Amino acid sequence: MILDGKCPTGPIEQTWDKHRFDLKLVNPANKRKYNVIVVGTGLAGGAAAASLGELGYNVQAFCYQDSPRRAHSIAAQGGINAAKNYPNDGDSIYRLFYDTIKGGDFRAREADVWRLSQVSNNIIDQCVAQGVPFARDYAGYLDNRSFGGAQVSRTFYARGQTGQQLLLGAYSALSRQIKLGTVKMYNRREMLDLVVVDGVAKGITVRNLLTGELESYAADAVCLATGGYVNVFYLSTNAMGCSVTANWKAHKKGAFFANPCYTQIHPTCIPQAGDYQSKLTLMSESLRNDGRCWVPKRKEDCGKHPNEVPEEDRDYYLERKYPSFGNLAPRDIASRAAKEQCDDGRGVGPGGRGVYLDFATSIKRVGADTIKERYGNLFEMYEKITDEDGYKRPMRMYPAPHYSMGGLWVDYNLMSNIPGLFVLGEANFSVHGANRLGASALMQGLADGYFVIPYTIGGYLAGVKPGVVKTDNPEFKKSADEVDAYNNKLLDINGNKTVFEFMRELGGLMWENCGMARTKESLELNLKKIPALREEFWKNVKVSGKGADLNQQLENAGRTADFLEFAELMCRDAYHRNESCGGHFRSEYQDEGEAQRDDVNYCYVGAWEYKGDKKEPELHKEPLKFDNVHLAVRSYK
Amino acid sequence: MSDHKTMTLTLIVWRQKGPKDPGKFETYTAKGITEHHSFLEMLDCVNEDLIYAGKEPIVFDHDCREGICGMCSQVINGAAHGGQDRTTVCQLHMRKFKDGDTIYIEPWRARAFPIIKDLIVDRSALDTIVQAGAYVSCHTGGVPDGNAILIPKPAADEAMDAAECVGCGACVAGCPNGAAMLFTGAKVSQFAVIPQGQAEAATRVKDLVDAMTSCGFGNCTNHYECQVACPKGINVKFIARMNREFIKAQFA
Repeated sequence: MILDGKCPTGPIEQTWDKHRFDLKLVNPANKRKYNVIVVGTGLAGGAAAASLGELGYNVQAFCYQDSPRRAHSIAAQGGINAAKNYPNDGDSIYRLFYDTIKGGDFRAREADVWRLSQVSNNIIDQCVAQGVPFARDYAGYLDNRSFGGAQVSRTFYARGQTGQQLLLGAYSALSRQIKLGTVKMYNRREMLDLVVVDGVAKGITVRNLLTGELESYAADAVCLATGGYVNVFYLSTNAMGCSVTANWKAHKKGAFFANPCYTQIHPTCIPQAGDYQSKLTLMSESLRNDGRCWVPKRKEDCGKHPNEVPEEDRDYYLERKYPSFGNLAPRDIASRAAKEQCDDGRGVGPGGRGVYLDFATSIKRVGADTIKERYGNLFEMYEKITDEDGYKRPMRMYPAPHYSMGGLWVDYNLMSNIPGLFVLGEANFSVHGANRLGASALMQGLADGYFVIPYTIGGYLAGVKPGVVKTDNPEFKKSADEVDAYNNKLLDINGNKTVFEFMRELGGLMWENCGMARTKESLELNLKKIPALREEFWKNVKVSGKGADLNQQLENAGRTADFLEFAELMCRDAYHRNESCGGHFRSEYQDEGEAQRDDVNYCYVGAWEYKGDKKEPELHKEPLKFDNVHLAVRSYK
Repeated sequence: MSDHKTMTLTLIVWRQKGPKDPGKFETYTAKGITEHHSFLEMLDCVNEDLIYAGKEPIVFDHDCREGICGMCSQVINGAAHGGQDRTTVCQLHMRKFKDGDTIYIEPWRARAFPIIKDLIVDRSALDTIVQAGAYVSCHTGGVPDGNAILIPKPAADEAMDAAECVGCGACVAGCPNGAAMLFTGAKVSQFAVIPQGQAEAATRVKDLVDAMTSCGFGNCTNHYECQVACPKGINVKFIARMNREFIKAQFA
């Protein structure tokens, strides 16, 4: 099947405005008759629930944490992009659009990216009005910093806690709606199934994580804002609870999964210290405004104290390879460059898997106090984890899984191929192509939540009779019974290996064979090993406790079971895409270490349809057309 | 990675099956712990041993494990988050302990935070305080340009100092009165120091204080334990500002 993204046509500058006008509206008095479910309360979900509540819809919002304020958007550090051009350095909506298309290695839709760039400015205004404490200069104006993949300063920030502040902004807007009664908030609930009635998304089945009870909720539309799936690598910068589960359950109910092989490995994370480790901690890309990446030129210097390696014996490899972008090369490129140096035997720290991020030059130029003001909390975090002082010796960094560009397939209205199922933020695939530029995840989450879904959901609901399906529909009981049987099956295995053991093993397979570099052979290996591991899991996993109780083992077991299925699809997607683009690097397709795209054969979105247990998924293609940006070799040299 | 010396520790952990269970301390041994383990990774190891032994693992709240989501919440040796300056439990590392140490681990204890199970408590009262008015009542869209509202750097910095709160509730757990004055004070102050917050300043402080009281939190008697416990270093001056705003509001 050739998929249609239903993108508006005509001059790109007018697409969103024209589309907004063409969308049907729901009369204000009728909005309260519609129920909308929003799953996830990060930037996309929190902003969507608040904005839809403000419009008058009846919203039911769900999160697995104890409060909507804790969604993992909170951990984003560096900033959020917008095309304000406040610094007068040549930025424009068109440039942000261009940079994002190029940054994504020409694998995203033009119309979606244009819309994102257009509403980026509204986001900043909205957040300022909410009281988000963005950095300001002494005259009171908003300050900007630079991020990777751009030659203008367009990133707005709140110290090293931009994600936290933006999320608290969305959370405060959400809290206001909860108080007003337009949003009913359900904390500590995990979505375990999508309920589809006659081919249309009409509700969800969730597990109450406190009591273990299964609960059904019906609505006229369901929005998933359930984040990304890089915990498939086990060690990642994601929170422990981040999973593919909500997306995977929707996929198994018919939603296509697009480009699952596009994963982002972030170049600057604190290297792993031991096998017991539970997560990797990211150090913001903004640090590369002032930090310089280097490794020793000679292998024999790698064991030395970094301050004893003289200037002439250091290889500032990003500045050498990419002189025009230098240390602010995009993430995929910076990560591969770090791996390349370590593979060459010039890595530093335990196991030789690390590069230095050095602030000495900047401290000399602007003083330690200024550096502290810009990144103080990051230096503190680094010291807590490593016991090393980043002001006195260079930090050690290594790439780590961070973000998933792939996600559920959506059309221009953010609706999946299942009518009534909308997908927002990182959970969808839409704007980042094969690589996401820094400071644009926050932008996308808030764009989808504040400024896209409030319009597009109206266009859908205007054609739907409200409240027709309720939880007494037999599909709800069927769904709950299936989830219950599934959980009981997990509890009954009573094998010999813990959930973490399986997750570590799967993560190892994915990192080795489907990580920063992939080959035909490594993927073939995974396509054999993952089904075997899955089979072992269902025979030998040990989950203690009961289903009808607070049971964190059962929660983790369910998430792991889904990752074990999803991982295979991810490898299959990587295997089928015989090219390198952005974060998907197939070692066979390269030009001296740079990704080599194949626009003739692979300039499309690959969306997979679930066909049933033990059946091969079917690939559907949505061709990508570039009318405004010329397909070109992506160069940052 | 394996050349680190390892530690063996005795853990005395609060176990409570549910809200109505009286609960009790249980003793466990943590073996093979290195200085690089985070405190929660140490507990992960203990839990793996418990699962192998067919026992129920210790449940505790955690998520981001990088000190920002505010989900983790444990009293360690009598100190909320373990007593290291500006550190959440998840960022506390085992290099702060020595081989042979005995460590007491308890949940937050406060009237407004009922225990759910083991080390997990119900902190929804903090959400209730925010819902009472810790926001600017602006609608999505229809707002002025970001630079149309000028905020001098010192004011923006002070708002940010207050806004750093992660909502973990350590201030309440550390307070002998179980007060949420630091949490509420930080929320009131964040909006009190910037122009966007002025229109609703008087109603906001009154509503937040009312919500705080009705949720069962105590009052401030100037122990300043909250500031010591706070993993983000929120300053008690924000309590003073809230009190000032509260008095101002009586005349508004």
